Amino acid sequence: MTALTFGRASVPVKYLPVLVTGCLFVAMFVAGGIRYEGFASGQVVLNVFIDNAFLLVVAVGMTFVILTGGIDLSVGSVVALSTMIAASLMEGPGWPPYVVVPLVLLIGSGLGLVMGWIIQSFDIQPFIVTLAGMFLARGLCYTIGTDSIPIRDATFTAFAQTRIDLFADLWVSPSVVIALVVVAVAAYVLHYTRFGRSVYATGGNEQSALLMGLPVARTKITVYTVSGFCSALGGVLLSFYMLSGYGLHAVGMELDAIAAVVIGGTLLTGGTGFLLGTVLGVLVLGLIQTIISFEGTLNSWWTKIFIGLLLFVFILLQRPFSGRVRR
Amino acid sequence: MAVPAPVLTMSGIGKQFPGVKALDDVDLRLLPGEVHALMGENGAGKSTLIKVLTGVHPADAGTIELAGRTVAFGSPLEAQQAGISTVYQEVNLCPNLSVAENILLGREPRRLGRIDWRRMRARAHQLLARLDVRLDVSAPLSVYSLAVQQMVAIARAVDIDARVLILDEPTSSLDADEVQQLFRVMRRLKEEGIAILFVSHFLDQIYEISDRMTILRNGRLVGEYPTSELSQVELVAKMIGQELAALERLHGEAKTFDRPLVEARGLGRSGAIEPFSLTIHEGEVVGLAGLLGSGRTEVARLLFGADHAGSGELAIGGAPTSLRTPRAAMTHRIAFCSENRKEDGLVPDLTVRENIVLALQATRGWTRPVPRETQDDLVGKYVKALRISPPNPEIPVRNLSGGNQQKVVLARWLILEPRLLILDEPTRGIDVGAKAEIQRLVAELSDGGMAVLFISAELEEVLRLSHKVEVLRDRRLVAELPNDESLTTDVLLETIASGGRVS
Repeated sequence: MTALTFGRASVPVKYLPVLVTGCLFVAMFVAGGIRYEGFASGQVVLNVFIDNAFLLVVAVGMTFVILTGGIDLSVGSVVALSTMIAASLMEGPGWPPYVVVPLVLLIGSGLGLVMGWIIQSFDIQPFIVTLAGMFLARGLCYTIGTDSIPIRDATFTAFAQTRIDLFADLWVSPSVVIALVVVAVAAYVLHYTRFGRSVYATGGNEQSALLMGLPVARTKITVYTVSGFCSALGGVLLSFYMLSGYGLHAVGMELDAIAAVVIGGTLLTGGTGFLLGTVLGVLVLGLIQTIISFEGTLNSWWTKIFIGLLLFVFILLQRPFSGRVRR
Repeated sequence: MAVPAPVLTMSGIGKQFPGVKALDDVDLRLLPGEVHALMGENGAGKSTLIKVLTGVHPADAGTIELAGRTVAFGSPLEAQQAGISTVYQEVNLCPNLSVAENILLGREPRRLGRIDWRRMRARAHQLLARLDVRLDVSAPLSVYSLAVQQMVAIARAVDIDARVLILDEPTSSLDADEVQQLFRVMRRLKEEGIAILFVSHFLDQIYEISDRMTILRNGRLVGEYPTSELSQVELVAKMIGQELAALERLHGEAKTFDRPLVEARGLGRSGAIEPFSLTIHEGEVVGLAGLLGSGRTEVARLLFGADHAGSGELAIGGAPTSLRTPRAAMTHRIAFCSENRKEDGLVPDLTVRENIVLALQATRGWTRPVPRETQDDLVGKYVKALRISPPNPEIPVRNLSGGNQQKVVLARWLILEPRLLILDEPTRGIDVGAKAEIQRLVAELSDGGMAVLFISAELEEVLRLSHKVEVLRDRRLVAELPNDESLTTDVLLETIASGGRVS
């Protein structure tokens, strides 16, 4: 069985999880639109993008890692470290953003590269290596400063506050554009390059991938580097959003990113999933927050409760699917 | 007919593992356009020879010549690039990717660095067509059967301009039609001049497909023969190195048994097996015959407590019992030797001795270690009784061949001195010699008073060993036949086919 048929349209089974997430997003949006006044507008969706651009970028990196069957717990801390480095360099010595931003991206990628190298060369569980990376990066934040550092650089704040007007009254921030470009590039890489296909093959069956002559070691190191880069870029986008650097930024974001990837239909065992699913996963998480803020009376911790429930449901939904794939 | 120059020559190959001399002065010649069978018992060195050839293990002695040039491969990848491709029994592909990708992964057609999916599908289609296989190449590999996956693996292997194709037990999990499909593919490749090295335990298949064969025994070369000049009896004799003892019925006459050990009345589990009644006496060998999926394993699992019975009752030694867990069954001294020895908890890095005493130790609890002398005594006894080879209990189990690993699993259960031993396909995938030994052992055990429930797909084997045969069909116990003069494989086949309705 390779396709399910709905009336005349037929959907290959592999797209099913993405489709479920897509339907969930639409259903939530419609339900919100019926329940709350002013909810059913395009800007609400765009605001979800604006408020979650950094998470989207981080989740893209996480998707690469999870597709190989790995995990990266360090992303939240690397995001925080990136905001901290960016803020301190711009505020302290007053370095210009066009030097600081590339430097931050380089540091993030470097951290990812080192973790990937350790995971691969010493054959250590990614969980434990990136856990170490998580503590390390979070700790480094406090060596820079224990307080929040505001960013006042003129170029930086001007860029952060730019509104890109679309048609009608709709607008997005530059961060959204950057995030979407990242998504597009990542989707192309995963689908149309040998590296991307090696990512899937490694996640499908690492031993086979090795015997088929694929560069498994290089692929694994590269995905952690990609994840490190995406975390650093997410950190830069978060600095645009917060206009500050702080060691307590993005606490627990690694788990949000993992949740988004899983809700988007990517299997934690690796080898199956699409980037579009991750985008939808981030949107679903964002829309939950929006709905709760529209509800007004509910505590924001309800977000966590809903995310928890959703994760349970999605993991159960994936169960029969993963059974078939792994046989 | 002039013999063409061999495409591959291995000469004087030697390989030493810790504690085992795996290969000693072995030669192998492959001619272009032939199917060459590599024959030998388990542990004769077939797998090692293939691993040396494909660069998994370096050879300790000897030379390998490919098309006249001396080669030494450091990895399977190097061997592949030189034109030696291997398809293993367990298909090494990625089930999550499409058929086309699995064939062309790492060699995808590209345009400006971008994978050209359309050309890739076309190329995959073309490669499969060359093997006379037609598939939806964009479907994920996991939707296809193991047989088809093997074809895909072969398509991948021969695309790399292969001169030598090694098929290591490709047929062991295929059904008859699938085997024929594989053979068609092999004949086609043979016509193209590819040399195929074929390993299989099925003698009929060897005689159907192969042109010549090389026989190994205990890591040494026995000889190289054209298949047409060697009869099956001669082949078996050369493989096991002695005249095969006449494999007659080991239990000549039906004995009478009067001490029931396990009595099942109306025992069943919905969806798994219809309620059945079965009595196993002390010292009795009960054979379970039936097709794959007829409920043979399900009966065994119920009697071992691995599944809960939905209905009926069970009495052991006259006392009603319900077996809720395998542990409960073990306290009644019921042992179950399942069909997957790999998943049955052999710990590959532990030694033979450690693996054998594992279950004994577990029943005593960790606070009362088995004294070393007792261990050595017991292990020594079973290594000898089962003729585990090499007879050194201190080498890691992973260095043993498949058949010998099976014997280690058996030893582990026997050491508990069970009253009922359930053997699920104990002889599958092992060679004639080891098979005969295990059969002999089953007969000896039952003479000593142990009850044995013996499950096998091979009717001859069931007939040879059992005192009575239970016939299963479509998850129902359809007949119980005493094993006397009138019972033949034909009768059994007839019973399975008719569902026991004739009599």
